[in-house]
Amino acid sequence: MVNLSVDLGELLLKNPVMTASGTFGYGEEYADFLDISALGGIIVKGTTLHPREGNPYPRMAETPAGMLNAVGLQNKGLFTFVNDIYPRIKHYETAILVNVSGSTVEDYVATAEKINELKAIPAIELNISCPNVKEGGMAFGTNCSSAFSVVEAVRKVYKKHLMVKLSPNVTDIAEIAQSVENAGADSVSLINTLLGMAIDVKTRRPMLSTVTGGLSGPCVKPVALRMVWQVTKAVKIPVIGLGGISCASDAIEFMLAGASAVQVGTANFIDPTVTLKIIDGIQEYMSENGFTTMDDLRGAMNI
Amino acid sequence: MRFIHDFTLVNNAKYAADVSVLTLQNDSDLPQIAAGQFVEVRVDNTPGVMLRRPISIHDVNYSKNQIKLMVQNVGKGTDALCRLAVGATLNVLYPLGAEFPVPEQGKQPLLIGGGCGVAPLLYLGRCFLNNGITPCFLLGFRSMSTLIETKTYSELGEVMITTEDGSVGHKGYVVNHPVMCSETPNFDTIYTCGPEIMMKAVAKYAEQHGMECYASLENRMACGIGACLCCVAPTVEGNKCTCVEGPVFNSKYLQW
Repeated sequence: MVNLSVDLGELLLKNPVMTASGTFGYGEEYADFLDISALGGIIVKGTTLHPREGNPYPRMAETPAGMLNAVGLQNKGLFTFVNDIYPRIKHYETAILVNVSGSTVEDYVATAEKINELKAIPAIELNISCPNVKEGGMAFGTNCSSAFSVVEAVRKVYKKHLMVKLSPNVTDIAEIAQSVENAGADSVSLINTLLGMAIDVKTRRPMLSTVTGGLSGPCVKPVALRMVWQVTKAVKIPVIGLGGISCASDAIEFMLAGASAVQVGTANFIDPTVTLKIIDGIQEYMSENGFTTMDDLRGAMNI
Repeated sequence: MRFIHDFTLVNNAKYAADVSVLTLQNDSDLPQIAAGQFVEVRVDNTPGVMLRRPISIHDVNYSKNQIKLMVQNVGKGTDALCRLAVGATLNVLYPLGAEFPVPEQGKQPLLIGGGCGVAPLLYLGRCFLNNGITPCFLLGFRSMSTLIETKTYSELGEVMITTEDGSVGHKGYVVNHPVMCSETPNFDTIYTCGPEIMMKAVAKYAEQHGMECYASLENRMACGIGACLCCVAPTVEGNKCTCVEGPVFNSKYLQW
């Protein structure tokens, strides 16, 4: 009998499959296609203290086996989330995490403190890795001391599970992971998007209004997998793997490399029900290969 | 309610050099589809194509469980769709987006399309006719070589055509057609879809004449269901998703 539940320490998931922030809205966008409560967790769209309009159109370009985006954290802000959106989604029987972003440490702290009060939100994912905003975002996550500072400040006010989402746009992601672990993070999730760009050769204009954007999709998976493997060896806290996961075997690779759970992002755009197929596929793989718990599967790569 | 269904391609007809009309059939009954809504089609087995392609719904036949999609070959994804052979299976996410609003009783709409943007106007005209309003179409093309088969439009109502080189119909752009130059226009509401520059000119005309104008945008998008926030259009209320709050917008609402 396979047990798919995952204990991340004060954060229990019924299975290891979550949806990545910015690819699943607030869950309700997908409710026509799947039972949201069947998921291990959903991580809602990056939320900031004040509403943000995001970057100008065009914000997206398809690239080989992937896509670039430059949405720039468009969201309705903390107040609207707490008062309008949260009451609509809190009944989902899944772990609902809020991805928290900001331009300043004070913004992160104020947002995290307010979300700490929401009973149906057992954890936040601190986004110190968004590549598409001019201030804050990735700037916090590409330097050990600034990553430490923002996590340490949020840790003081946020009492539940604190997951920190890391940027791959660094020389050594393991040392950033160690910094946020030392600052009090309960887990790390990686990777956010890789900074990239594309040009329309006919018009000689960049495909994105911001010129550069974040690359996601199957093309980033080998990079993400390598980083997850490096980070699991460097920290003691759980690692949540994401980056190009489109099927069960992709997810299993991340767990064999040491991830405790995974997030599915871009693949939701192509198949809104892909997460359910991944959950079923993991279960099938485990029973076929004699794994009974997620702890057995985690890090079970043969070297 | 939106659905993901596998459809079978039952006909693939060439309407112009780079435009095909795909007729897709569902095994089960179609949900209610409003004019102006679109589908997101998965493009299988095509290197370099990962995301679904948003295509407006050209026509609906409820008794046969069929929808028609007019597809212009503008890249790898649409090229693969245009080449599909009868019998192929297409995975379709639908019906998506907001519809063209039905005009008030007594209003006389003009449906203005440009190029492949004429696609959603056929089903819109059919819906109008079902509501007792005879549609009138003004369709603009570059030249005879890009002209789309307009017989199906003529079956519903009057069709006026412009071409930039004058090879068919009136020479010029849609806004140069005599019907748009009359001091006493015989229409009072405009529905438009086509190149943005054309829709802007049409919206300007509507504004000058105090008419309502509904424009259908075709912004690049990924999810089609309001999750990725990639397809936004600037409006008087900020950035709005073309996929859920559009693709049809009142032109007064747009800041373009």
